[in-house]
Amino acid sequence: MHDPRCALAAETIHVWRGERHVLRGVSFAVEPGQLLHVFGPNGAGKTTLLRVVCGLLRPEQGRILWAARPIQTVQAEYQAAMAYASHEAALKADLTALENLRYAVGLKRRVQDGELRTALERTGVGACADLPARVLSAGQRRRVALARVLAVRARLWLLDEPFANLDTKGTELMGGLLEQHIAAGGSALVVAHHALQLGCAIGRLGLSS
Amino acid sequence: MTEGGSRINMWTWFYKLASPPYAYRTAEALMPWFFAVAAGMIGYGLIDGLVFAPPDYQQGDAFRIIYVHAPSAWLSLFAYSTMAIAGAIALIWRIKVGHAVAAAAAPIGASFTLAALVTGSLWGRPMWGTYWVWDPRLTSELILLFLYFGVISLRQAFEDPVRGDRAAALLGIVGFVNVPIVHFSVYWWNSLHQGGTVMRLGKPEMPGSMLWPLLAMLCGFMCFFGAVLCMRLRGEILGRERQSAWVREAVKA
Amino acid sequence: MSVGVFRAMALILRRELRLSFRRPDQLLQPLVFFLIVTTLFPLALSPLLSLLRDMAPGVLWVAALLSSLLSIESLFKADADDGTLEQLALSGQPLEAIVIAKTLAHWLLSGAALVAISPLVATALAIPAAAFGTMLASLALGTLTLSWLGAIGAGLTVGLRRGSVLLSLIVLPLAMPLLIFGASATDRAIGGENPAGAMLFLAALCLFTCSLAPLAASAALRITLE
Repeated sequence: MHDPRCALAAETIHVWRGERHVLRGVSFAVEPGQLLHVFGPNGAGKTTLLRVVCGLLRPEQGRILWAARPIQTVQAEYQAAMAYASHEAALKADLTALENLRYAVGLKRRVQDGELRTALERTGVGACADLPARVLSAGQRRRVALARVLAVRARLWLLDEPFANLDTKGTELMGGLLEQHIAAGGSALVVAHHALQLGCAIGRLGLSS
Repeated sequence: MTEGGSRINMWTWFYKLASPPYAYRTAEALMPWFFAVAAGMIGYGLIDGLVFAPPDYQQGDAFRIIYVHAPSAWLSLFAYSTMAIAGAIALIWRIKVGHAVAAAAAPIGASFTLAALVTGSLWGRPMWGTYWVWDPRLTSELILLFLYFGVISLRQAFEDPVRGDRAAALLGIVGFVNVPIVHFSVYWWNSLHQGGTVMRLGKPEMPGSMLWPLLAMLCGFMCFFGAVLCMRLRGEILGRERQSAWVREAVKA
Repeated sequence: MSVGVFRAMALILRRELRLSFRRPDQLLQPLVFFLIVTTLFPLALSPLLSLLRDMAPGVLWVAALLSSLLSIESLFKADADDGTLEQLALSGQPLEAIVIAKTLAHWLLSGAALVAISPLVATALAIPAAAFGTMLASLALGTLTLSWLGAIGAGLTVGLRRGSVLLSLIVLPLAMPLLIFGASATDRAIGGENPAGAMLFLAALCLFTCSLAPLAASAALRITLE
């Protein structure tokens, strides 16, 4: 059931930001069907860790493994299999929600507009599909970013504060989508400073500043 | 057996240099030697060149400024190469000491460039009656000065010193690739617009009595560069590694 | 089904063009700047056509250089500011391909546009129509090379406060060779001589830059994204 090709692992990650030793020997493993909740106070390095896992930041020591191989050697494969949502919903203000998805998802897999509209509807912003991202509220932008993660069909979700700016219904929706993703054999690494109430197996990684 | 042994020794020495404390101690040890050789060579070169070498039949005594101008120009290029290569090594193999060497070399190279420009300008005065002409060598030195300025400013502009080092190293490499292109294009441009007078700081004919002091000055300037580089490198390494234990020990002593 | 590199590049090109056409005023600004700078020289020096013709290649090229520099900062800045640059870097496509697509789009919108209105400016500077062919060809190659040099500079300075001044300081010395060759080619064409020598050097420089600059610009972006 679990695909051994989709396991994420980190081995003793050390990162310095200027003079601060931000990440000190962080190690973890996330198997398919697991969710890892990364928590800690502000400045503890949660976002830094997420960026290291994405491959944007190379650690001074340690490495990230995807299917037991370093992500540098399987970069194209890894990037195709993962979706990263930072705490800014990365949308172009002058493009509509649909156009944003078209250009973002279109680089990873061939999609029709219909599929993108469905994804927007699943996250509750179907009506905003043809509105420029400039006029959307923060919560709506977060939902569009989530629709992008859904539409890409990634096996690994890397989410930085996904519940920020969402109302109660939005939080429930986000939680539901995460549970579905995990139940279907996907994995996720979620940075959130509050406790997660989800109906799936949650691993916890605490970082201190 | 000895062949293989000596080859291994050279590489291990290189790898050891990548460690900041070892590089620091090596710089500290080499510095006085560089200063001594520099003093000797420059002393001989200046005395022989300024006093003993015969005046040029065309330019009189004015040509003597070549003893400072030519080595300065040569060093400005040599320093840029050092900076670019050290930066490239640091960028490709992630050796932090390389960034320290590049950061140390940049202002020294810029100073040599400035010296070349000033001495070139002073040389031009008796030749053409004006302090500046768009002589190809002076023009390409000027462009080199702009390239230096770009690298130094870029490094300083970053709040995160690690990113600043890497960006400056990349710009150094890009500039390094461009230096031959700039030289070629400037000389080509100058040859198009020759006009009547030959607007060049031409080297006079070089008999041995003129050449030896020049070579001595060149060697002396190289050693001077080495000495000042060691001096600045020590400062750079201390600054970069100030959190580590060995620095606290070294500073206490 | 994964997306091939050329398809991805075409997608990014379309994205860039669509974004630019949603802000038409920003498209026109560098072109108007080009016209304004060109106007400064006759005002400052002399409206005499014979004199203008002599300084025309220089004026044209310096104005083209400066107005291209104006728009180059926006190459990566907007994407860096709203977080989409990271997404592009994580899209599974090679960063070099992304950079090529973006720079090409930028050149089409600024450099090529400049080349298109250059006959207008050339007439105002008394450049004879016989020299237009060389002028257009040299400007096309020159602005393309400049877009690439600017891409390297933009990649290095994106995210810096007051990065635009530093960008100009970095790019302009690197652009001096192409200024020499391009202005010389135009000058020779105006004088009725054969510009082939300068044009060949310009073409070689353009080719050289186009092959190495994508690597340098991508490396610069990776440093910035860390």
